[in-house]
Amino acid sequence: MNEVLAALIAVAGGLAGGLVGVGGGVLFVPALTVFLGLSQVQGESTSLLVIVLVALVGAVRQNGYGNVNFRDALVIGALSPLGVLIGVVVANEVPQRALELCFAALVLFIAYGLLRRALSTPG
Amino acid sequence: MPSNRTLRLAAIGTLAGLFSGLFGVGGGTVIVPLLIFWLGYGERLSTGTSLAAIVLIGLLGALAQGGLYGNVHVVTGLLLSIPAIGGVVLGTAIQQRIAQRAVSLLFAALLVAVAIELVLR
Repeated sequence: MNEVLAALIAVAGGLAGGLVGVGGGVLFVPALTVFLGLSQVQGESTSLLVIVLVALVGAVRQNGYGNVNFRDALVIGALSPLGVLIGVVVANEVPQRALELCFAALVLFIAYGLLRRALSTPG
Repeated sequence: MPSNRTLRLAAIGTLAGLFSGLFGVGGGTVIVPLLIFWLGYGERLSTGTSLAAIVLIGLLGALAQGGLYGNVHVVTGLLLSIPAIGGVVLGTAIQQRIAQRAVSLLFAALLVAVAIELVLR
């Protein structure tokens, strides 16, 4: 039963990846920890494997539809470790709770921007 | 907002790494809307390019953690990947058949869910 639930959550994570272009880790980690018995560290590490495979297949499919700019993706991916390093420094200086609340406010602001744009432009 | 196109992409990559490092989410969450706002991408191109970037970000993340210290359960991960890959193939196919603005609305809903999850942690 737990395996079935984990599989259903994985389908949902993959669907989210295909529909809106996220990795789906938010769903893969609980599928691995809550339903398949992995520890949090094991779940987060193992979810990276799932994310890479899902993103790879998703990117190949999207490329088939003409929806991938590989050059831009390369620049974004190549610079991400710099952000991870900055994150380590920031996490040591600012309380985690403050960071979470700031990021929550930021994603709400982005959501507002997407909504405003989607509702004001044709198509 | 950086004026040069490559600088904007570099800023997006840095922010994606920053947020995914801090919160475990934030790769695609940051990449998709910033490609739309800063580079004028359409929704389909931004989500497809985001997935390609996530492949690289995930691989670099795995390398940075030194092979993840033996914490990767390969067989479990591969088994969970089967339904997940089915989902992403279905999701990309559905996405080609809906309006781009519907993708933006779905994404906004996802962001609200992420914000709620962050506040409730």
